[in-house]
Amino acid sequence: MVDVQHISPRAGDVVLMVGTTKGAFLFRAAATRGRWERGGPHFPGHAVHAMAYDGRAGRRRVWAAPESSHWGSLMRSSDDFGRSWSDGGEATVRFPEDTEKSLQRIWAIAGRDDDPQRMYCGVEPAALFESRDAGTTWSLVRGLFDHPHRPRWEPGGGGLCLHTVLPHPTDPMRIHVAISSAGVYRTEDGGATWRTANRGVRAEFLPDKHPEFGQCVHKVVRHRERPSVMFLQNHWGLYRSDDEGESWSDVAHDVPSDFGFAMAIHPHDPETVYIVPLESDEFRCTPEGRLRVYRTRDGARSWEPLTRGLPQKDAFETVLRDALCTDRQPRAGVYFGTRSGKVFGSTDGGNRWRQLAEGLPPVLCVRAAVVGSGRKARR
Amino acid sequence: MRVTFVLPGPLHPLAGGREEVTVDAPAARVADALAALWTVHPALRDRVMTEEGRLRPHVNVFVGRDSVRYTGGLDTPLRDGAEVAILPAISGG
Repeated sequence: MVDVQHISPRAGDVVLMVGTTKGAFLFRAAATRGRWERGGPHFPGHAVHAMAYDGRAGRRRVWAAPESSHWGSLMRSSDDFGRSWSDGGEATVRFPEDTEKSLQRIWAIAGRDDDPQRMYCGVEPAALFESRDAGTTWSLVRGLFDHPHRPRWEPGGGGLCLHTVLPHPTDPMRIHVAISSAGVYRTEDGGATWRTANRGVRAEFLPDKHPEFGQCVHKVVRHRERPSVMFLQNHWGLYRSDDEGESWSDVAHDVPSDFGFAMAIHPHDPETVYIVPLESDEFRCTPEGRLRVYRTRDGARSWEPLTRGLPQKDAFETVLRDALCTDRQPRAGVYFGTRSGKVFGSTDGGNRWRQLAEGLPPVLCVRAAVVGSGRKARR
Repeated sequence: MRVTFVLPGPLHPLAGGREEVTVDAPAARVADALAALWTVHPALRDRVMTEEGRLRPHVNVFVGRDSVRYTGGLDTPLRDGAEVAILPAISGG
């Protein structure tokens, strides 16, 4: 029997949610983030590709999507930081019979800031599900599933996955999603109709380098206070859009490689973005054996390497698409995990780093949250 | 007809903690017996079957000692009193 440790966060604490190939780990620290406690492993033996924290409407809810190679994928939630989890029986995220599809993996979990009951999850095979009751029940977003492009979407190395969901922070009708390898799609009518948002993004692996769709987008971010500006890490290529994805410009200056997976935006500064460049789509490790996070503070006009506290020798690491994130503390925390089972964190926006954990199973996702008071909690 | 299912450890919590569940199946195929099992313990269905109604790729069902993958799949016939084992395949990493 696996010995599971538990954390007991208090209001104001920071919680790190780390999904790995062998389960989920929860870390807790006080607001200063000086000392971290570890909880877990939760769902031992299950791969956890997606985690999220729902602090809306007074909730203190951790979401995880454990996946068993035998028994399939499920959405699970905990209101007590992993001491108990929601029912692991009947699947709440499931394809309707007429689709002739079966859920392979849950890749993304996201909530709307402007509607505490509304949530989305992105899955493989590429599809979007919506919940209007804070995750109790889910339904397939038919407008995207029935898109005429769907039969020509090709799977990327990780499968045909909808891995990124970006609800507009104030307009409930507008959502962007990213699919590997189909590209970015957007809706302006709440999901009924969708159109591509890939103009300017290269598809290096296709004869037509600028198709309407088919790009292998790895991650897209935007800031809640300036949603028209977006940044995109592509399978080859770094991009910025100033018109909510209508068009994209290449911004891969001063980086050792424009290949990579992970991307995160600063919680308080919409001009500050973090990436972890990887060497080539064959090697997929940090260039020159140096673990460097790159940061722009001027909206991707320039990028600088962040190295203090990160190994700069014999560090052939890989950081996956959801394994880099920020918290919302006044002095922003930045965190990432590696396929070698290490977790690093910074409490000053990336200037200095510290290893928070090692020896974990390969890290698939890292998410951070500041714990609320728990008042007005309702399920 | 009566069919007894033998369940693996990870599925016991979804069957009220039971290792074995006996059902009355209205017809004589594995699919019918499984449908009767889902009626008693509905949470088992999504762990054993995909939404498309197929056995999950790494889940095996045996009637006696024979895997149904080689005896007709879900249409494999059953006799009254049959023992059906649901087992995880040797897989994973």
